[in-house]
Amino acid sequence: MRDPIPVFIHLLRAKDLIDREFARELDVSTLAHQAYASTAHFARCFKQAFGETPHQYLRRRRIERAGELLRGGEPSVTEVSLEVGFHSLGSFSSAFRELHGEPPAAYARRWRDASPPAIPACFTLMYTRPLRAPERLPRTQASSFREARRRGRQ
Amino acid sequence: MIEKLTHTTVWVLDQDEAYEFYTQKLEFQVNTDARMDDFRWLTVSPPKQPDHEIILLEPGPPMMDEESARQVKALVAKGMLGAAAFETTDCRGTYAKLSERGVSFLSEPTTRPWGTEATLRDNSGNWFSVTER
Repeated sequence: MRDPIPVFIHLLRAKDLIDREFARELDVSTLAHQAYASTAHFARCFKQAFGETPHQYLRRRRIERAGELLRGGEPSVTEVSLEVGFHSLGSFSSAFRELHGEPPAAYARRWRDASPPAIPACFTLMYTRPLRAPERLPRTQASSFREARRRGRQ
Repeated sequence: MIEKLTHTTVWVLDQDEAYEFYTQKLEFQVNTDARMDDFRWLTVSPPKQPDHEIILLEPGPPMMDEESARQVKALVAKGMLGAAAFETTDCRGTYAKLSERGVSFLSEPTTRPWGTEATLRDNSGNWFSVTER
């Protein structure tokens, strides 16, 4: 079997780019370029290594950061959606509800009264990921990757 | 009774490259660099903590069977392991200096209730927090 380590190193570079710049407009070819791969190959390898496609990962990362902002007391759901890179409040809210199990406003309300635990932020960011299974994501959804146009592909 | 934590292990993909990274880029001090046949015992210490050794180990035999070594290397390369948290007296300055040296950061210095924190990766993929309290 070919050594997978170099591929992982390249994929990690792309994944770290998503982690840093999730609020930007990101497309698969930019990420594939980071990973020195063709777009289709990159998306396939990414899913094999990390369990979800780059688009799914980006979406989850944005929602995770939104959760962090709402837990921190940011009052405006609209502001939060824009800050994490969504263009429409509707797509943000439905993505949030799907991954967290409740709408953003309800989530914010629930956390407003609880005080944050004394856990270093790096660990909370790494570990408080919404846990809804990526397989349950609908095929068509607003996408900065234009993947939604490719029906029936995963 | 157990009194102190003296060693932590960081799995690296290549000890030579890790040596360069930790000494040249992070300015850690080499504590021990010794060989016993094929085995290299390489430890470094943060500048202000010479009594704590970070062991830079490559997964492999004889300590680890080939299959386990492959698994650990894959986890390291995929960025899944975070070995430790570090402290600094100047998070933003450290971020600027290390970035200039090519160190990869996952997050920029960000103000938290307990201080300013950034997260970085070493050259193998391990991630670390760097916090200024």
